[in-house]
Amino acid sequence: MSVPLHLRSDEVFVLNLGPQHPATHGVLRVKLTMDGEYIVKAEPVLGYIHRMHEKMAEDGIFAQFMPNTARMDYLHALAFNHGWALVVEKAAGIEVPERAEYIRVITVELNRIASHLLWWAAFLLDLGGFTPLLYAFDDREKIIDLLERVTGSRLTYCYMRFGGVLNDIDDEFITGTRDFIKRLRSRLPRQYHDLVTHNIILIKRIKDIGFVSAEQCRRYGATGPVARGSGINYDVRKNEPYSVYPEFDFDIPVFPEGDSMARYMVRMHEIEQSMRIIEQALDKLPAGPVMGKAPRQLKPDAGYYYSAVETARGLLGHRLVCDGDKNPYKLKLRSPTFSNLSLFGEVAEGMLLADALAFMGSLDLVIPEIDR
Amino acid sequence: MTICEKLQQALQPLFPLCDVSSEPLVKDEPQVADSEKEESQTADTPTVGVLWTDAGRYGHHLDIVCLPDQVVPVAGIMDREGFFLEAITGVDWLKRQQLEVVYDYNRLGGEHCRVMVRTFLPRNNPVVPTVSSVFPAADWHERETYDFYGIQFQGHPNLIRILLPEDADFHPLLKDYTP
Repeated sequence: MSVPLHLRSDEVFVLNLGPQHPATHGVLRVKLTMDGEYIVKAEPVLGYIHRMHEKMAEDGIFAQFMPNTARMDYLHALAFNHGWALVVEKAAGIEVPERAEYIRVITVELNRIASHLLWWAAFLLDLGGFTPLLYAFDDREKIIDLLERVTGSRLTYCYMRFGGVLNDIDDEFITGTRDFIKRLRSRLPRQYHDLVTHNIILIKRIKDIGFVSAEQCRRYGATGPVARGSGINYDVRKNEPYSVYPEFDFDIPVFPEGDSMARYMVRMHEIEQSMRIIEQALDKLPAGPVMGKAPRQLKPDAGYYYSAVETARGLLGHRLVCDGDKNPYKLKLRSPTFSNLSLFGEVAEGMLLADALAFMGSLDLVIPEIDR
Repeated sequence: MTICEKLQQALQPLFPLCDVSSEPLVKDEPQVADSEKEESQTADTPTVGVLWTDAGRYGHHLDIVCLPDQVVPVAGIMDREGFFLEAITGVDWLKRQQLEVVYDYNRLGGEHCRVMVRTFLPRNNPVVPTVSSVFPAADWHERETYDFYGIQFQGHPNLIRILLPEDADFHPLLKDYTP
C-alpha cells in the first residue's frame, strides 16, 4: 500500500506517537513521518523500560532468575516461567514428575486465555469500544483468582521450579477451573462473538487492513498469532513439542488472509483450543509428587542450550551458554514481540494513521517483553 | 533425506576441508560440551565446520562454526532453504580475548530443524558483515548485539543503539563492564 498519488504532497511532517500513548500499551514510541493522514515512514523507538534482564541472569544463580521471567511478559508470565525452567532442566538434566507437567500445562493455558482476553479488551479499547473490556475483565478476573490460589500471586508469577512446580493444585482449583470453562463457553457466543466479532463496525475497521504476508513473517521472524494469521501453520507446541503437549488433542487455528481480522480470529480460536487442552489435562491428571529431585545448587555442563516455548505472542526462545559454573554464563532471551514488531515499519508504510493503530493493536504488543 | 541433511549438503561448498557429507557424527554423545570444555582451557578457537548435535539434549540439530566472512553466504543458504532468523546474540569470552556472535535459525512449520551458526571475532576489533540484507529480522537483532557488546556489523544501514539510551558510552554485557 502507498499514499494515493492525488494525495501526495511535497510536505511531510514528523509525528511522535508515544512514548506515553494509550494505543501503545506501555512506553513505546513510534516516530512517524506523515503526509497528511498517511504514514510515509514509521520507525519504532524502543528501550524506554529496558532493565537488562540478561545481565541480571548472569549475576545470580539459576534459581534467582525465576522471578525476573514474570517481569517481562506480565500477561503470559507462566509461559516465561516455563521457558526458563525448561532450558535449565535441559542443561542440568533434571526430570519433572508427570503430575507437575500436567499442572504446568493447565496453568500456562489458563494464563494464555487470560492474556488473550486482555488483548481482546485492549484491542477493542484502541478501536473505541469500551464495553467489551468489562466483559473480558470479568472473565479474566476468574482466571486470576484461580491462579492466585495455586501460585500465590495475581500477575507476576514465580510458580515453576526446576524439577516441578511450587504448589500442588487442590479440588477447589479443579472444580473452579471446570466451572470457569463452562462459564466462558456459554459467554463466548454472545458476549464475545455476537457483540464484537460479527459487529459491522469492527469488521470495517480491521478486515483487509494491515496485510502481512507469509513471506514477510519468515523474513522478519514473526511467530505466534501473527504468523498463524498469515497462513503459516507453526506453533511450538505442535512443531517442537515440549512438556506433555503431545498427549492432548488440540488444533492450531490458522487463517490465511493475513489481515488484522485473521489475527483476531486466530486468538479467539486459540481461547477455545486452550480450554480443550485444560479439560483434557484435568481429566487425565495423574497422581504423584509435583516436585522432582533437583540438586540445590545447579552446575550444568558447559555447552550451548536452546529451548523454545509458545507464549500467547509467539515463540519464546532461551539461548543459554554455560561454562560449568553455578551462574549462567550468558542468557539470550528471544522474545516474540521484538521480532513481531520489527515488521511494523514495512507494513505501516502508506497506511492511514487510524488503520496503523488498529494494525499495531492486532500485533498484541507487550512492551516490557520487547525491551526486556 | 531430512531437512538437516539437505542443509548440510548445501553448506558443503563453504566448508571444503571438512568432511561434512559423512554420516552424522554424534546423535547422543555430548561431544559439543566436551570440545567446548577443552577449548576454554586451551584458548583455541573451535575449528570451522558443521557438527551434528543431539537436539533433545541441546535444542539445536546443527552447530555450525564459520569464519566471520562466511556469515553472509551461510545466511544466504539458510534463506534459500526456507529458514528464518530467530535471534542474533553475542557471547564474551574474556579469557580467550574473543567475542562470539551466535545466529539461531529455525523453520516456520514442516519438519523441525534448528541450526546454530557461530563465529568468533577478536575482542579488540569485533567486526562482522551484516546479514540484514538477507534477513530484515537481523536489523534489530544486530543493533541489540551492537548495543550490548559493541560488535560492529559492517554494512548495517542503521547501526545505532536500540534498547540503551542513545548517548550511552558503554556495552553492558561485556564481562569486564562495571557500572
